[in-house]
Amino acid sequence: MIPLSHYLVLAAVLFCLSVVGIFLNRKNVIILLMSIELMLLAVNMNFIAFSHFLGDANGQIFVFFILTVAAAEAAIGLAILVVLFRNRQTINVADLDRLKG
Amino acid sequence: MSFQLFIFYVFAIVMVFAAVRVITVRNPVYAAMFLVLTFFTAAAIWMLLEAEFLAITLVLVYVGAVMVLFLFVVMMLDINVEPLREGFVKYLPAGILVGSIMFLEMVFLLTRRYFPSENFPAPAPKPVDYSNTEELGRLLYSDYLFHFEVAALILMVAIVAAIALTMRRRPDTKYQTPGQQVQVKKEDRLRVVSMDAEKRQ
Repeated sequence: MIPLSHYLVLAAVLFCLSVVGIFLNRKNVIILLMSIELMLLAVNMNFIAFSHFLGDANGQIFVFFILTVAAAEAAIGLAILVVLFRNRQTINVADLDRLKG
Repeated sequence: MSFQLFIFYVFAIVMVFAAVRVITVRNPVYAAMFLVLTFFTAAAIWMLLEAEFLAITLVLVYVGAVMVLFLFVVMMLDINVEPLREGFVKYLPAGILVGSIMFLEMVFLLTRRYFPSENFPAPAPKPVDYSNTEELGRLLYSDYLFHFEVAALILMVAIVAAIALTMRRRPDTKYQTPGQQVQVKKEDRLRVVSMDAEKRQ
């Protein structure tokens, strides 16, 4: 059998990798979106592992909702990306300083 | 080492490798491909956790829809990758430092000390006629009915937002006006001219 901590550590590895990905690819919006997807996957893995080991299916329902919201987020994020590229001809985060924030 | 554990390690290694490639590869198309591999392996690990419905959903929704959307967008945009890569090496030490510190903290919390195997024994195997899909369906349409409807609403808002954001009217596009076309009469277009036939030469 596989102990619970194995799944938790695997999810932690995945989460940290996506944080590192956000650090490394801080200019590329596409890879940033992909890193966020990886993060959500790591969270989902924790939910499912606990749901399995506690014998409670409610955790899997939460994963279902997270998947829904992540799909909506990806669709809107990519739509914004397309509009951005159409207007600025770039997806470099460093060039997106129009609001002078 | 049991066979299950062996399978788990194989999938875990593939998954971590694919995730590393997602964040380090140069071409965004390859990154999307490795993300597909990551999701696929994650679905396999969810199968090990007996979450069959969600594993299939992950493959269908994520690999089938979201990643195809990613690929479409990546291929549609004409991106020059080189300027996007600058700072990659510069931020590598900081990224690895933050990542490994976070990882060590999480491992400190998540392993033996607070989540020992004795407190979380392996659950009893499910009966043969147990259906994961059925149980999730029952929960979703009873206890979580309201949340389910809100999720549907969120998806609907996402559709509307995506279309509203990306649709544009081009004023210089040539198009037909069917109403005017239908109302046109023969006299508007056709003029009958009576003229003498030319002489034979």
